[in-house]
Amino acid sequence: MTVGSAEPARQAGTARVKRGMAEMLKGGVIMDVVTAEQAKIAEDAGAVAVMALERVPADIRAQGGVARMSDPDMIEGIVEAVSIPVMAKARIGHFVEAQVLQALGVDYVDESEVLTPADPHHHIDKWAFTVPFVCGATNLGEALRRISEGAAMIRSKGEAGTGEVSNAVVHMRTIRAEIARLSALPAEELYAAAKELRAPHDLVAEVARLGKLPVVLFTAGGIATPADAALMMQLGAEGVFVGSGIFKSGDPVRRARAIVEATTMYKDPDVIAKVSRGLGEAMVGINVTDLPATARYADRGW
Amino acid sequence: MTGKKIRIGVLALQGDVREHVRALAVAGAEPAEVRGPEELAAVDGLVLPGGESTTIGRLLRIFGLLEPLRAAVGDGLPVYGSCAGMILLARDVLDGRPDQPLIGGLDMVVRRNAFGRQVDSFEADLDVVGVDGPPMHAVFIRAPWVEKSGDGVAVLARVGEHPVAVRQGHLLATSFHPELTGDTRMHELFVEMVRQRGRA
Repeated sequence: MTVGSAEPARQAGTARVKRGMAEMLKGGVIMDVVTAEQAKIAEDAGAVAVMALERVPADIRAQGGVARMSDPDMIEGIVEAVSIPVMAKARIGHFVEAQVLQALGVDYVDESEVLTPADPHHHIDKWAFTVPFVCGATNLGEALRRISEGAAMIRSKGEAGTGEVSNAVVHMRTIRAEIARLSALPAEELYAAAKELRAPHDLVAEVARLGKLPVVLFTAGGIATPADAALMMQLGAEGVFVGSGIFKSGDPVRRARAIVEATTMYKDPDVIAKVSRGLGEAMVGINVTDLPATARYADRGW
Repeated sequence: MTGKKIRIGVLALQGDVREHVRALAVAGAEPAEVRGPEELAAVDGLVLPGGESTTIGRLLRIFGLLEPLRAAVGDGLPVYGSCAGMILLARDVLDGRPDQPLIGGLDMVVRRNAFGRQVDSFEADLDVVGVDGPPMHAVFIRAPWVEKSGDGVAVLARVGEHPVAVRQGHLLATSFHPELTGDTRMHELFVEMVRQRGRA
């Protein structure tokens, strides 16, 4: 059997290619990194992708000021350092930062509430891009509004940079409960449900039919331990973003590996117990209830 | 094995496991997720899903599946790998990590992320040898291609000069992801390979 060469017409940047990329990340851990060295540690530990940024959320909180897209030199350094996919953050509504990240060859753009929003009314029109986008959501309506704007992947917001998992838990439970409720509704009640959710009816009907989002759902915000990661997976996350939790801990190499292994074997308490031993100090963290309303990132975006 | 549904495992350490499970069920097999050596021993064939090949390779080693899988492939277990799964079946990988564990078995060298980064990912219609009917709609995501292969490897499809679907005996591999399109003909081909081996 031999087959001659063929040049089929190629379509890039389709919804299927963008959403499909996220399907390939499922069951994996995406780690925030601020240097090429950290990116290599993440890759060595088995991360499925890295998120390149200048300051992890915990430092953005501590240092204050306006948080923006990272320096292109720094992003390029990380793209060159690793062979796994590289993601980077653009400010909510800042479509030029997203254009720059696409031009740099970044594999996924996170339109992120961790950075200071650039537009109080409009998110980025993500359909206009070849590069896929991931966006944060605290509930189903927010997730569907982002998908209607072209997001190809959703993550729960949690409360980034706190090392406290409670908000991620609330967001994941909320999204799952709202999906379950939709699935139980008769078709004629989905119109009113779409109005309540402030989301397009066709997407609401699709979620009701599928019993899940039409894109991959990860978790993010406050995951600091292997048990946190496994908790979020058992609650229905399809994968995990870890921000400050690894490189703000005492032993990032071991913690990164442990979180990867706990995410894979999230249903096996023996594995989680084994990998949780001797990890050194976890990030100190901040209790979410101690944060004033103005310091909560999850409220950014709508 | 006639009358009994054949049981095909999907390696479930990381990647698009659910999509392969669904496609195998439609193709008439009984799918099962495989995370450890006992589960591997209980299947008639195995799918290596799409995902991140460096991550899956590392997890294979950590959870004690790498050597059992190499042994099973050596004993003739039918295996189908898509994308990352194709890389894992290769004898060597270019543009990979130097320490990246591979299962091997297919006499080929693959180039990882050969078509480029995610902005270069694409879909296209493709004629595949052994798949009857209209062309397959193939989805390539940061996909590898076959850089070179031995005489025993049959090329089933190419993009440009580069093989993107190959078969060698009981091993099948594609650069693309038929599991993402709802077209189950590639999975049917694999189910048939497993069935033939069961009769042999």
